[in-house]
Amino acid sequence: MVHSPNNLLFKKLLAHGFLWCILALILFPFLITLSISLREGNYISGGLIPDRPTLEHWYLAFGLDFVRADGTVITPPYPVLDWLWNSVKIAFIASVGVLMMATTAAYAFSRLRFRGKQTLLDGMLLVQMFPAALAVVAIYALFDSLGDITPILGIDSHWSLILVYLSGVAMHIWTIKGYFDTIDPALDKAASIDGASPFQIFRFIFLPLATPILAVVFVLSFIGIIADYPLASIMLRTEDNLTLAVGARKYLMDNKYMWGDFASAAILSGAPITILFLIAQRYLVSGLSAGGVKG
Amino acid sequence: MNLIKYAPSAISAAVSLLLLYISITLFLQEQFGLAMMLVLLTAGFAIIFFSKRLYTARFYYPAVAGLALFTLFPVIYTSYIGYTNYGGSNLLTFEQVQNYYTSQDLIDKESEQAFELVADNDLYRLWLPKTALLSAPFGEADKGSKIELELASQPQNVLGVRDVVKNRELLKSLTLYRGDLELQVSSLKSVAKVLPAYRLIDDTGRLQKADGSILTPDQDVGFYKTESGEELKPGWKVWVGTRNFDRMFHSNGIREPIGKIFVWTVIFALVSVLATFAVGILLALVLQWRELKGKKVYRILLILPYAVPGFISILVFRGLFNQNFGEINFILSALFGIAPDWNTDPIMAKAMVLMVNIWLGYPYMMLLSMGFLQSIPEDHYKAAAIEGAGPIRQFFSITLPQILPPFVPMLISNFAFNFNNLVLIILLTKGGPDMMGTRVPAGDTDILASFTYRIAFTDSSQDFGLAGAISMLMFILVAVISYINLVAMRKMARGTK
Repeated sequence: MVHSPNNLLFKKLLAHGFLWCILALILFPFLITLSISLREGNYISGGLIPDRPTLEHWYLAFGLDFVRADGTVITPPYPVLDWLWNSVKIAFIASVGVLMMATTAAYAFSRLRFRGKQTLLDGMLLVQMFPAALAVVAIYALFDSLGDITPILGIDSHWSLILVYLSGVAMHIWTIKGYFDTIDPALDKAASIDGASPFQIFRFIFLPLATPILAVVFVLSFIGIIADYPLASIMLRTEDNLTLAVGARKYLMDNKYMWGDFASAAILSGAPITILFLIAQRYLVSGLSAGGVKG
Repeated sequence: MNLIKYAPSAISAAVSLLLLYISITLFLQEQFGLAMMLVLLTAGFAIIFFSKRLYTARFYYPAVAGLALFTLFPVIYTSYIGYTNYGGSNLLTFEQVQNYYTSQDLIDKESEQAFELVADNDLYRLWLPKTALLSAPFGEADKGSKIELELASQPQNVLGVRDVVKNRELLKSLTLYRGDLELQVSSLKSVAKVLPAYRLIDDTGRLQKADGSILTPDQDVGFYKTESGEELKPGWKVWVGTRNFDRMFHSNGIREPIGKIFVWTVIFALVSVLATFAVGILLALVLQWRELKGKKVYRILLILPYAVPGFISILVFRGLFNQNFGEINFILSALFGIAPDWNTDPIMAKAMVLMVNIWLGYPYMMLLSMGFLQSIPEDHYKAAAIEGAGPIRQFFSITLPQILPPFVPMLISNFAFNFNNLVLIILLTKGGPDMMGTRVPAGDTDILASFTYRIAFTDSSQDFGLAGAISMLMFILVAVISYINLVAMRKMARGTK
């Protein structure tokens, strides 16, 4: 294709200008939050660049005591790092489980033939429409009973929460199935003729081809679980056991509004997910998917 | 070699046995519905993993079973709650309420008299000066037992209040008797006759109060009623049929807000899905452009709203949009001299909710678009360019038709997600500004889910029943809309191929 150089330059400027406008809107709240985390005290108002910047809120977010200039020692109000660890642990284990269940199921729904396939697929999607937050009364009752058998499956256990999150799998099945459907059927027919079992086709053809979408699904699931508030707030009780989503709200109670401490904890909690995304991005960029069609 | 061959069967057998054990325990706890469900799932598991014929089912059974247990079961259970009066004042079963009443004690004030604690070697005695009665000696070993009283004269070694406090637990557990008279320690200074406050008088569970009045259980409403018809708390859970649904459709302070909230919920969900889809796909297309430099940096920055957990961004926005001291009005009034009432004006509050939701939601659409765009062969674009199609024509003839089919379920579930996006509303506006003249708490930015959540969990009268009924209707509604949508879009997608 032939471009006139001027036309191309104009298009490039337009694209960059457009992206910069969007970025300004996106970054504004983050910069403000950063600014709040460096301000003295817990008040929200003030300019973008703090008058007298202090690391007080950051010390507290990392669980360290902070000594002010006048000698008063401030102790961290909450175990933010414990909460962060809980969140990451729960989200990671549950997402690995979700990925395993969703990938195998998506393969079956995309390629294998069985009775009631479409009904099951649609049914799963529709059941998932029920707002989990409104089923918490029922979910609480469920785990309250299971907890009498073993505390591992009871209220205030991370494993029960992971079990609940594992069930949020329907949407991911649809995502992966959509991707599998775009893989050329000639590929698995050829393998099948060569004598490969469905599991072998899944393991050696679909799984390698699906890496990009698996990365996307893993990140989506991870973020969704870390951000969950209603379920975790009902299922977890003791302060050390909380996830970040439940704990962070404690900063913003009506009688105790700690904006500054909240801001530093908020930024700290964004870090692990950003890092995860950066790792996953390698798979997104490598553009493996085109291979499936060309194969 | 044999070990590897039989390992899967052994694991399957172990899992089946474990699930069966849990089912049986649940059954013994009288959790019949749950136990039945688990037995069925266990049977399914065993059949599928031992039968060669059902080989394909092994791929999807774990996902389906998990969904059935932790999503379908709660749905059914919540719907069931919608037909009961379950809630803050009706949490217990009838037996538990009965036990609560019959275990209540009443101190007979007329029989009350002072006591003194007396030391007797290592043991103690109680001395009742008014009736000149002295108890047999007792110690820690006599906790909870009956001690006989006998007439006696004023003993020596009377102890002070401090020793009474120290032995409080022991003293409270004792029953003192002389003939028919039975006394218990009723305070730190006195003993008295303790009577049951309520007595069960017949099989229907009627109770007689100590003053002789009768309490009648009303199984229709789940409360004990006094003779004058007053309902007493705590009550118990009963089946109320469609009463919760009647309240929703006919009760005045409830029907109007539900109508308004429903319309806003649909608008909110629809605008959110379409706007985030448009912004997301636009950004994905720009980022896919070969000539663009700095893609990696742009992509990372654009994904940031997704990287920071939503609950935090929402709370940050809550502060920024504050109409009095928030940074947004600070900037707007400096630049344009305006300061919209984000918190009190219904229209502005709704606009704010939508803006924040689009900010939060577009990276998801962008991520998905980027994934799907990668599966479109480059050749198609080259062919279109040779035919002379411009970028807009290319988008509508090549890109959109190819990515729409895998996108359809994502759009639908995103609609459902926003339809039920109560975290946003609860954290950003708490539903406010509040509507006037409603009988249940309802606000202008409330969506059905947040409205229901407030009825169930934040209202003083925790009404799980009404919340369950609304949840059930919401579920049916969303499910039907989604299904019709799904079928229609599928037909459309087929038509364009």
